[in-house]
Amino acid sequence: MSSIDLVVNGEKRRVEARPMERLLDVLREELRLTGTKEGCGEGECGACSVLLDGRLVNSCLIPVLQAEGADVRTIEGVEKTPTGKALQDAFLACGGAQCGICTPGMVLAAVYLLDKNPRPTGEEIRDGLAGNICRCTGYTKIFDSVAAAAKALHDEGSTR
Amino acid sequence: MPRDQRGTGPEAPAFGRSVPRREGRAKLEGRGEYVDDLVLPDMWFGATIRSRVARGKIEEIVFAKDVPWDEYVIVTARDIPGKNSVLLLLEDQPYLADGVVNHPEEAVLLVAHPDRHALERARRGIEIRTSPLPPLFDLEDSLAKKLVIWGEDNVFKAIDIVKGDVDSAFRDPSLVVVEGVYHTGAQEQLYIEPNGVIAAYDAKEGVTVWGSLQCPYYVHKALKPLFGLSPDKIRVIQMETGGGFGGKEEYPSMIAGHAALLAYKANKPVKLIYDRAEDMVATTKRHPSRTRHRTAVTKAGKLVAMDIDFALDGGAYATLSAVVLSRGAIHAGGAYECPNVRIKARAVATNHPPHGAFRGFGAPQSIFAVERQLDLVAKTLGMSPEALRRANFLQRGGHTATIQEVKEDPELDRLMQRAFELSGYAQKRPALTAQNAAAKTGRIRKGIGFASFMHGAGFTGSGEKLLGSEAAVEATPDGRVRVLAASTEIGQGTNTVFAQIVADALGLPYDAVEVAQPDTKFVPDSGPTVASRTVMVVGKLVENAAKGLKGTLREAGLLEDVYDHAAFRTACGAYLAKHAALKSVAKYQQPTGIVWDDKKYLGDAYATFAWAVYVAEVSIDLDTYATTVDDFWAIQEAGRIVHPILAAGQIEGGVAQGVGFALYEGVVWKEGRMANASMTNYIVPTAVDAPRIHVEFVEKDAPYGPGRGAKGIGELPMDGAAPAIAAAMEHALGIAVTRVPCLPEDLFALLEGGRS
Repeated sequence: MSSIDLVVNGEKRRVEARPMERLLDVLREELRLTGTKEGCGEGECGACSVLLDGRLVNSCLIPVLQAEGADVRTIEGVEKTPTGKALQDAFLACGGAQCGICTPGMVLAAVYLLDKNPRPTGEEIRDGLAGNICRCTGYTKIFDSVAAAAKALHDEGSTR
Repeated sequence: MPRDQRGTGPEAPAFGRSVPRREGRAKLEGRGEYVDDLVLPDMWFGATIRSRVARGKIEEIVFAKDVPWDEYVIVTARDIPGKNSVLLLLEDQPYLADGVVNHPEEAVLLVAHPDRHALERARRGIEIRTSPLPPLFDLEDSLAKKLVIWGEDNVFKAIDIVKGDVDSAFRDPSLVVVEGVYHTGAQEQLYIEPNGVIAAYDAKEGVTVWGSLQCPYYVHKALKPLFGLSPDKIRVIQMETGGGFGGKEEYPSMIAGHAALLAYKANKPVKLIYDRAEDMVATTKRHPSRTRHRTAVTKAGKLVAMDIDFALDGGAYATLSAVVLSRGAIHAGGAYECPNVRIKARAVATNHPPHGAFRGFGAPQSIFAVERQLDLVAKTLGMSPEALRRANFLQRGGHTATIQEVKEDPELDRLMQRAFELSGYAQKRPALTAQNAAAKTGRIRKGIGFASFMHGAGFTGSGEKLLGSEAAVEATPDGRVRVLAASTEIGQGTNTVFAQIVADALGLPYDAVEVAQPDTKFVPDSGPTVASRTVMVVGKLVENAAKGLKGTLREAGLLEDVYDHAAFRTACGAYLAKHAALKSVAKYQQPTGIVWDDKKYLGDAYATFAWAVYVAEVSIDLDTYATTVDDFWAIQEAGRIVHPILAAGQIEGGVAQGVGFALYEGVVWKEGRMANASMTNYIVPTAVDAPRIHVEFVEKDAPYGPGRGAKGIGELPMDGAAPAIAAAMEHALGIAVTRVPCLPEDLFALLEGGRS
């Protein structure tokens, strides 16, 4: 077991973990942040997506040692950011969430996309979400949600 | 209160309005509690030790010497306190193999340990030694009884539907006879949350399970004989469920049994969660199918006779195969009027893991076949596919293959017209033909195709009558209303639509109604969450229960004709000051005029059908052989739509699964075992593969369901995508696509196979 320090959703945390333990398990089991989901454990589905130092990663592929000193943002911390809040509102309004299991990862992928590219085209939205599998929606309403959030953020920005 | 008097604010009628999904905010903030998120004090972890072979006699189970076995709890068939069979339709499937195994990955032993990480060591330390028995994997071999592995003849279920006189029709020399054979593959549900259950045992309380599941009362029914316990000693609680699509219809009974057996022996709560590979390799998939069609048709394109032979590979145990076969057989004649129909349907055993429920439940298989066959008939006659459909669409007063009189007006012509209008089918069809001809040396070929079809809502035949489902509504002294039903929220929106229906029945705002978590201790048995029945059947029950509750308050003189939420609250308070509870229960009553003959398999197979025409536009790359669905239009009539966004979400999601069924999702079998059991190797549509899906509901009142009538839509969209896509591929390339999935390598074989 090793002591590992990291910042999770803006809070300093210290965890005792095996160095090769998956960041996903540390978040879910040690820190009880169960909003991050496991869908496949092989980096294909994106349900476990989190932001690690601002980069979108599959937390099932990250040994916790690699997160030493890093800034981790999970779904539990998304509401506090304007992009995250706008996306959550838009997903609720547009029907972007059904069963909800891919949703946290999908929202984080969308946060990452809109923070980099605030006015994405339809193609850019598709590309930005290509690492996150949703089996319920057929994606149409997810695309609508991301486009609506981008528009809301833009409109809000332009009225300030 | 009349609909229009509550305006458009929060007091407005909820039916037909896209109110916020009830549990949506919690899901978006990661607060939804799924089974793997739940931690009980002193909880252990379980694992399943499975057969490596498809069929064999268990000779010996060897435990490695270097594993500290005293730390583990181990369960075998011998530890089962009651009956070792998963009770569903038949009792042929054991919870744990006892003496013989009949498919790869069949459960043989269970282990539990307080440390999740210690389970892998046990898994590696147990060897199941078997002496092999010859396995059977091929559907045709099973039908031909090359080897008998189940019962007397391998047949789980045989259905024969006879309408008119097919043989006489085929003797008419003036008719054109067209023959075709069609295949569909196994398909994995691939809900993103794998299966999982937590179980606890207590001598006083009995067994309690928390699980990711669709049907709490199926699990309840299955656990009673396993432990020999009375119904009150089994409690099943559904946690937030990350998708089901049929994949969490019957299999959770197995997992719940396993977790409960471990909890019983360990005397600890046990969490048993499958990882993705285990879920894919061991749990149910869509039944692979083979359908033979022989059609007699006039030269003008009028169907005279359809002779259909429909067969499903059921896998090693009966599970739900009989009823999957039933729905598939009933839909096998499609949405067409034909005076003479014979459908011979068989579900047979192989040594694959049992196939099971998956959205559509047999109908996507048989509808793929009939739609492709009609395209072949049209081609043979030199007619357009649409002209052939128009000449044969079921009309009001017509009769389906089971001689069910069509009492509603399907208006398939109108749906087709609308689908063609929106998609530009009539212009694109010749334009793309010309474009393909001009692009002789280019890489891309394009095509457009369609499918027209129907899907029956609710249980088949007398199924709903036999289920006799119940649902209830109760109110608190402060006027809060709670829906009590066993129908589960699995992403499709049960919580939201039930709250809408009850809000309207009571004239209350949507937010005044909550929906209880399905827990068999508190909710009545509303039947399973399957068969496109939740809105139409159970939705009607919750509406009736709400009306009953209102009636109780009115009869007690506590509620006027017209009232607001405050007056309702006062009435509830006054009622509950005198009575212990304010609760109304509604039980299913079969509507009159529905007659079904289960022996002849004739009559009213479903109370009603949803009707649809879907159009697909595809591009095919002749260098990579990859097919892309560029655009998709889904036009349907399903009565009145309770929630437009949720309903469209059902259609879009079903279509995307249909795109996967047609183009991507190939299960690779090796000695009866899924060889590509990972999300890396089993491909479902991603955000870049899914087409833009345009959805339109042609709304009208319907005789069944809540409000002014709402039909089931959950399964409908699964039926239409594959045949529409195959028709578009045929248009692009001029080759017949008779088998799905059609992966690039399959298309390569189709196009180039003859040349090598």
